[in-house]
Formats: sequence, structure tokens, C-alpha cells
Amino acid sequence: MRRKMLSAVAGVSSLLVLTGCGAADMTKQASPFAGVAGSKTVTLSVQSWVGAQANVAVAQYLLEHELGYRVDTVQVDEVPAWDALSQGRIDAILEDWGHPDQEARYVKDKKTITPGGDLGVTGHIGWFVPTYFAKQHPDVTNWKNLNKYADQFRTAESGGKGQLLDGSPSYVTNDKALVANLNLDYQVVFAGSEAAQITQIRQFAKEKKPFLTYWYKPQWLFEKVPMTEVKLPAYKEGCDADPEKVACAYPHTPLQKYLNSDFARGGGKAAAFLKNFKWTLEDQNAVSLMIADQKLTPEEAAKKWVGSHESTWKAWLPK
Amino acid sequence: MAATTTAVPATGAAALARSVVKHRAFGKLLLLAVVAAVLIPVVNARWASGTWPEALTVDVSDPLTKTSDWIIDNRDSHPLFLYFFGHVSNAVVLSVRAVYVVLLAAGWAGVTAAAALIAWRVAGVRLAIGTGVAFLVSGLLNMWVPAMQTLALMVVAVLASVVLGALLGLAAGLSDRTYRALRPVLDTMQVLPAFSYLLPVVLIFGIGVPAAVIATVVYAAPPMARLTALGLRGADGGVMEAVASMGTTARQRLLTARLPLARKELLLGLNQTIMMALSMAVIASLVGAGGLGDRVYQALASVDVGAALAASIPIVLLAIVLDRVTGAAGERLGDSGSSASSAKSGLVWWGCVAVGAVAVALAGRFTDRLNWPQGWVVNIAEPVNRAVDWMTAHLYSGVPYVGGTADWAGHFTTWVLDPVRDGLQGLPWWSVLLIVATLAWLIGTWRTALTAVLAMAAIGALGVWKPSLDTLSQVLAAVAVTLVVGFAIGAVAARSERLERLLRPVLDVFQTMPQFVYLIPVVALFGVGRAPAVAAAVVYALPAVIRITTQGLRQVSPAAMESSRSLGATNWQQLRQVQLPLARPALLLAVNQGVVLVLAVVIIGGLVGGGALGYDVVFGLAQGDLATGLVAGAAIVCLGLMLDRVTQPTERRTRKGA
Repeated sequence: MRRKMLSAVAGVSSLLVLTGCGAADMTKQASPFAGVAGSKTVTLSVQSWVGAQANVAVAQYLLEHELGYRVDTVQVDEVPAWDALSQGRIDAILEDWGHPDQEARYVKDKKTITPGGDLGVTGHIGWFVPTYFAKQHPDVTNWKNLNKYADQFRTAESGGKGQLLDGSPSYVTNDKALVANLNLDYQVVFAGSEAAQITQIRQFAKEKKPFLTYWYKPQWLFEKVPMTEVKLPAYKEGCDADPEKVACAYPHTPLQKYLNSDFARGGGKAAAFLKNFKWTLEDQNAVSLMIADQKLTPEEAAKKWVGSHESTWKAWLPK
Repeated sequence: MAATTTAVPATGAAALARSVVKHRAFGKLLLLAVVAAVLIPVVNARWASGTWPEALTVDVSDPLTKTSDWIIDNRDSHPLFLYFFGHVSNAVVLSVRAVYVVLLAAGWAGVTAAAALIAWRVAGVRLAIGTGVAFLVSGLLNMWVPAMQTLALMVVAVLASVVLGALLGLAAGLSDRTYRALRPVLDTMQVLPAFSYLLPVVLIFGIGVPAAVIATVVYAAPPMARLTALGLRGADGGVMEAVASMGTTARQRLLTARLPLARKELLLGLNQTIMMALSMAVIASLVGAGGLGDRVYQALASVDVGAALAASIPIVLLAIVLDRVTGAAGERLGDSGSSASSAKSGLVWWGCVAVGAVAVALAGRFTDRLNWPQGWVVNIAEPVNRAVDWMTAHLYSGVPYVGGTADWAGHFTTWVLDPVRDGLQGLPWWSVLLIVATLAWLIGTWRTALTAVLAMAAIGALGVWKPSLDTLSQVLAAVAVTLVVGFAIGAVAARSERLERLLRPVLDVFQTMPQFVYLIPVVALFGVGRAPAVAAAVVYALPAVIRITTQGLRQVSPAAMESSRSLGATNWQQLRQVQLPLARPALLLAVNQGVVLVLAVVIIGGLVGGGALGYDVVFGLAQGDLATGLVAGAAIVCLGLMLDRVTQPTERRTRKGA
């Protein structure tokens, strides 16, 4: 009896302690690993692919060395990154491939996220075959002939059909619908992560085996394993509106930057710099390749690039 | 797997027990057959379909999506978030920050010295050296700062888990009703894949350290609670009676008798909690926890096994050291009686430890060596990557005579995984339930059989029947491989002390290695698909199975071994007719653990092309899709419950049968 009383009192009082001191706004919270108070910190989201690491590495290097900020990076998937951006856990996403639902919710409705302009790189998703295979069989690059080659793309995992290799579950894909709607004799096999997909592609390429894969540009792997795109029915505005009925190619998406609204207003030089940040496909690929292929750390890669491209980044610095 | 579980009893048990078991089993089978004969025609007429009938599913995705939307719309303004979750979150941030600042202020020398001194005090010189080396290696690998971030997070998470677990365990240990209510909850939490509760936690707390700590606490608290309850309930009746007869109050009894008697279990609980928490270190990085896990995860993006390994080694070392130190502390507690004089000298010793650590920390501070010196860094990434490249290039295919690993994977998929999956999916749904009921009832009681059937039915009701059977086929295949390999190695290791000593560190490493690290090598060897998923599961579950098998075979009484030897039995006969039957409980435990562990890596399988439920959970997390992720997570739990009931002999049976 006494024990029950005691525990009840303890429970209530601990609740009081927790709630007694007023509201706690989680959006105003900093990371426990952030720098000491007084230093200016910017938190950037790094997505899992190397291109995104390259953007962040260069932005981080310049923010730290030219503008005197401390930069934290947080690695999260794309959709959770939007939530985090809206809550102020991160200040900016530097490369977004188009998330209409999130945009409607956070940019238009809640206004907690502000567009930060073009990254300067255009992204494109498509189906690819290795160039060594496309050279031997030039007609494979048209989707109408894919069924003819289904046999050659077969693996144990795809059973009796050809294998269309898909990647990480966080990426935008219509491939299941495409295979069904275009009547292709293929099975979509999800690699489950980009690391698994890249490893598999490299193993195929080492043996010069044919394969068909979902892939995207810009991507450093093209430099290691040249691949040729398979033409799907041309993309028209709105042809991918109904995810069940898609029967057209993926669009070319100018990649976007997004900033947390509070940060965009009060972020000072850092916010201005991130809005100005804009580079080209070649620039991004150069840095990505240093990270992924030469195995430099992102910081070393950024340093190398910054050393040789002064005219490009000078323009990003706020006056 | 079914074959192994039924084959073992056939060889085992004394003749009398065997006839009793057979008799009872026969009765159960007969009853089941009667029930089936009545129900199946009815069920078949009503819902005639191979897979789970549409009419019996419950759509949970709508309410889940609505909940998720509500949280997103209200988390910045609703009082529940402002006045409760907000404070929880702030408390976590403050405590992690406090620990982190202390660790940084102590510098690398101070932290290493403090850790080594504590280890020396509680566990002896050898472990103290091991602890010091573990910390120095973290520095050498250029992982000092991430290691400290992980350590800070772990300290807070483990403390919170221990407090929470001990409180729950106390309640369950002292009251039967609480115990009965808590047990299924704790059981469920043990099989719930960590990934699937990252999702709701992230939804509420947003990404970052608070979400990571809370997910870790939810994952790591159950073993503490379970073992605390076990320890308290197991208190010797005679001692308790004696204490009570001295007229003590309930609180005195708890503090002076029950808790001290349970200290071994309490320390084992602490040990388990630490291990579980560390195993979350990498998974938690998916929600922005930072630290070592984040390094592993980033290395994965650039397909850099070497860098991932460099970040994993500190985790592995930390885990092994903490495991050994808490284990040794437990043994010491068991040995030494606590008299007043030793308590006093203990205080003095602790004082020395504190002074020593502070002295080293100050020395580090004054010589300005707080940060790990940049020159003392060893880069292991490159040689490791070269080794992995060489291995995968030479083993992948075209090895003369035996074929490459890719060919094996292909054959395994075509000849084992495909038939099992198609077979399971081809069975009418009611027959799956019937098989589950039969297996569970044969090994347990009607209660466990009912749980197993209900768990399986819940999977159907959630509308994930097909993917669940796909996952089940992979789990069965992985368990079968694990058991065959594990029993073989375990049987050999039980005979040779030297082999066992050699194996021990290897098993330790594989048990604690973050699974993300072997994701790339596994794909490089077996290609994308279900075969690498099975391989990853085998790697993860094998150490425990080998360990339990070895221990079980070792514990067979020397007298029985000796007498069989004197009867002229060969090694093989001895193993088959004496050791295996006598070690049956341990072997069944190995089966059970194998199943649970294999199921725990289903999600890692999803990351290498395993598809099915594992992929759905990852998908849910990546797309913020609560409905898909949680339903798949729940289905994994149901599969776990079902498999656990089917493989775990219940107490009633072991008491009467063997």
C-alpha cells in the first residue's frame, strides 16, 4: 500500500517536473554534438548518394574556410530530410529530386520551407544497359526490343523473366507499373540499397555480362561502367500523374535546393551563400569521382576542387 | 528445419519417456485431425482461395496514415508535444551533451586512462589492458571524435535503459499480475525489428539524437527488465522465509535479501542491455544519431568497405571489452563476500582510480594533447578494400571444379529458395495454420499452439500473407544452413579445447560486427537477391548457435561419456548416441536462438535484395510511410512469435518428458 502511494507520488511529481517548466519547442533544439555556444553553426543534410555528398562537401569546406562557420552534417533519407528541414533540425537540402507531396505540405501550406533555387545540375532517371552490350546489340536501346533480350538479362532471382535491377527504396521509381503497362517480360528486382546495386553492377561489368538497370544521372559510376540509356516512350507533362498507369519515361528534373524558412530569413551570410551555390554537372562529377573512386575523404576532395576552381566559387560568396 | 526438430526427439529420451510422449503426441494429432476434418470443409466452402482470403483482412493503412498526418500537422504546436515529448527530448539532448563535453574535456589520454583504471578495478589487469588498447585503436583509426559521440549517446541510453528496465523488472518481480501482463510485451519487444520502431520515434521526435536514444532505450530495456524480474522471482524460498521470520518489513526484505540475492541476474541484465544498445549504434545513425554509425553509413554510400570497417572496429572492440568487463565483474561479485573492511578498502581503491584518471586528464590538458594527434593515424581502408576486391574478383565465378560463389547463390536460389517459397505460397492458407498448430502443439501446450496460430492469422489479417511467406521461406532456409554448419562446428569445437579458444574471438567479432559492414562483401560474392540475404543472416546467427552447441555438448556429464567409452563406443557413436541426446535441451535452445537471430536480420536482407517484409520496412522508413513500415514490422513480429512457439519446448513438457 505504502509502496503504491510512494510510486504514485513519484510518478506525478516527475511529470510535474517535466511539464512544470513551460513549453519545450523541439524545433528550437540543437544537436548535443554542436559546437560551443557563440559559434555560428549550419546543419546540412547529406543524402546517401555520392553526388549529394559532393555538394555538401564543397559547401561545407567553403562555409568553414571562407565564411568561418561550423558545419554539421546529418545523413538521412530524402523524405525524412524534408520533415527534419521543416522542424529546423537541418538548415538546408542541397539536392532534391522532386517531392510534390512534401512541397505542397511544407512550402505551400505550412511555409516552414523556402525554395533555395537551382543547384545547376539536371537530374535524369532512366533504364540503362552497359555500353559494351549496346554496341553489340544496338537495337536494345529501344524499349520495343527489350522482350527480345529478356532471356539474356535473366538471373536466378528474376526466375523465368529478364531482370530489371532497381535500387534503394528511397528513390522515385515507376518501374513496376512501367513493366506491366509496356507488357515487358521482365521482373523488377529491388537491390534494396544503392550500395548493393552498385556492387552488383560492378560485378556484372567485370565479367562483361549483360544487365538492365534503373539508374540516374549525374552519377559517378558512369565513369567506371559506361552505360547507355534505353529509350522509353517519351515523357509528356502529366503522363506520370497516376502511378498505376505510367507508361512513359522519367522527366529531366532541374535539381533544387531548399532552405528552412527561419534559416533563409535569419541565416545571414550562410543562407546567402547556399542560395548562390550553383555549379555544373562536370564540377559535381569531378568531386564525386574523387570521393567514390579515388576514396578521398569528402573533405580532401572538396579541398582539391576548391583549389582549382576559384573563379566558380568566388561568385557564390556574399558581398 | 522441421526435420531437425522432429529428428532430435526420435533419437533422444529414455524409453519410458518416449512411449509417454508418443502417446500424448498421438492424442494431440488425433484431436487436431478431428478439428481439421470438421473445420476445413466449412472454411474452404466459405473462402475458397489459395492465399489468405481478401474478406478476412483488416485495412490498417488508412488509420495509420491519418495518425502520421496528425502528428506532422500538430507536432510543432500541440500541448502533448510541447509539454511532454519536448521535455523528454530536451532532457536527452542535455544529458548527452553533458557526457560528451566531459569526455572531450578529459581528452583522449584521460578517457583511456579512466576506462582502463575502472576495468582494472572491477575486472583485473588483463581486461584493463584490453580496454586501454580498444580506446587507443579507436584513436589510431582516426575515429576518436565519432567514438566519443557514440560513447556519450550509449552512456545515456544504457543508463536510461537500466533505470527503466530495473523499475519494470522490480514491478514484475514483486507482483505476479504485473509479471503476467509484462511478459508478452517483453517477448514481443525482443523480436520487434529495431528498424520498425525507428519510424514512429522519428515521426514524434524528428531526426537526431533524441530519436536515436529513445529507440535504443526501447530496444535495450527489455533484457534488463526480464532479468531483474527473473532474479527477484528466483530468490531462495528458505532464505526469504528466514528473513521474514526476523520480522523485517517488505522494503527491508527487498533491499537486504532479494536484491543482493539477484545481483548476478542484475549484472547479466546490465551486460545484455549494453550489448543490445551497442548493436543499435549503427541502425540509429539512419535517423541522424551521428558518431561511428554515421561513418559506417556514409562509407556505405561510396561502397567503401574499408572505411566502413574502420568505423566498425571501435564498435566491435567497445562491445567486446564492455561484455568481458561486466561479465568479469559479475563473477567477482559472485565470489567475494562483502564484509565491512573490504567495502572500506574498496572506497579507497575507487578514490585512487578517480585521482589517477583526473591526473592523466590534467596532464593531457597541460601538454595540449586533448585531441588525438593527427600524425598517429593508421589508414586501413585501402588495404582492406584491396583484399575485398581480390576476394570478390577471384571467388565470384569461374573457380575450377567447385564453381564461383555467384553460381552457388544461383543454384541455392533456384533449387532451395524458389521451391520453398512457391511451396509455402502454394499451400492453401488454412493448411499453413494447421501445420503451425500441429508443430507448436507437438512441442508445447495448447496455449502455445493457439498463440502460434493467432500470430500466423494476424499476418493474414494485416494483408501481408504473400510477402510474409516469402520471408518465412528465406528464414527457414537460413536457419537450416545455420543449424547444419553450426552443429557441425559446435560438435568439433566441443571436442577440442584449442579450436574453441581459437574460435572465441572470431565469434565475438561476428556477433558484434555491425551488419552493415558485410552488406557489400555479401553482394559482391553472391549477387543481389535472396541468396545474399540468407548469407547475411547465417553470418549473424551462426556464432550463437556454435556457442550454445559447444556448451551443451560440453555439459554432458563426464560419467556418461566415460561409461560409453568403456563400452567401446567410437567417437561418432559417442556423439550420436550419448552427447546429442543428453544435450537435447541445449540443441533445442540453439534452434530457437537461431530462428530469433535470423529473423532479426531479415531487414538487412531487405537491403541486399531479399525483398518481402525486410524491404517493406526499409521502404517505410525511407519514404516516411508509416503504414507500410509498421505493418511489415508487425508481420515480422508475428512470424517471430510463431517460430518461437514452434521451436521452444514449454516448461511443462521439459519437466515431464525429458
